[in-house]
Amino acid sequence: MSEAAVWLTIVLAGLLTYVTRLSFIILFERLTVPPLVTRGLRYVPPAVLTAIIVPELLLPGGQFDLSLANFRLLAGLAAIAVAWRSRNPIATILVGMGALWLLQFLF
Amino acid sequence: MPVRPMNIGPRQQFLAGVRAELPILLGVAPFGMIYGLLARDAGLGPAASQAMSSVVFAGSAQFVMAQLFALPAPGVVIVLTAFLVNLRHLLYSASVAPYFHHLPARWRWLLAYLLTDEAYAVSIVHFRHGRRPTLRHWYFLGTGLALWSTWQLSTAAGVFLGAQVPPDWSLDFTLAVTFIALVVPALHDRPSIAAAAAAGLTVLLAQGLPFRLGLVLAAAVGIAAGLLVDYLQGTLRPEQSTAESGL
Repeated sequence: MSEAAVWLTIVLAGLLTYVTRLSFIILFERLTVPPLVTRGLRYVPPAVLTAIIVPELLLPGGQFDLSLANFRLLAGLAAIAVAWRSRNPIATILVGMGALWLLQFLF
Repeated sequence: MPVRPMNIGPRQQFLAGVRAELPILLGVAPFGMIYGLLARDAGLGPAASQAMSSVVFAGSAQFVMAQLFALPAPGVVIVLTAFLVNLRHLLYSASVAPYFHHLPARWRWLLAYLLTDEAYAVSIVHFRHGRRPTLRHWYFLGTGLALWSTWQLSTAAGVFLGAQVPPDWSLDFTLAVTFIALVVPALHDRPSIAAAAAAGLTVLLAQGLPFRLGLVLAAAVGIAAGLLVDYLQGTLRPEQSTAESGL
């Protein structure tokens, strides 16, 4: 991607993000949000973030890989276990990255 | 002269906002650094990496954008994906809007720019329970600016270090583990779990779609699944919805 295209992408993403922030503060200040929309928006983070995580763990390099040789899957499962038990983001990141480095170093 | 008790002027409100944000900043700074490293690792220049932190100013979206730039995905897909990841700001915007209603437009344009997960989370608690409602915007400005400066500085640190990190450190994997750290603790009710499971399954099945559009489809299916479970277990009651204020 050209330098100009990179900057254009950043600016457009920034503008759209700003629009979501301005939405009810400035743009539709006289509107009340329908409860169904409010409810639906609650599920945006779990849906979107999971849809980003899953391919990182199960499709490393674009190929479906459900095996013990898939270090990213194993390290990801370790991170999920830590996040579930501790709810501590820093511990989750350290264990996930540490597990991947350890597996790559050992095998 | 009017009697003015201590700790309630604009300056005090601003500083109270900064103070309330401090514990969160300890968690935000490492994320900013990781983003800076990731952006450099993805091949973005130092200026573009840093600019993204002030132009987009949204951690999760910046992580995903860096990863998509590395592929490289088309610009349209990067913009669309960032928009999706940032859709949740609609919810925050709707939630704080009543508290900013009385402010002049220039204040609202500024506060909207500073509306992030972290500033929202801290401020909304204060707004609901705090006294002195007319000075709330100073408190929000304190939380927002504290977060903004930390984000810019930690990005700069990561961008600076980025040039010196060897490529075989698999730094791109920080995206997955960071998002795991965000999502897993939030899966505390059945609709959320359904939304995550449906989105995860859809993204695998839709792998063949071009331009990573599987993500867009997965988000839609996930949200629908969350609402469906809400409906099935009776936590979504449309007939009562007009009586409820929502947020």
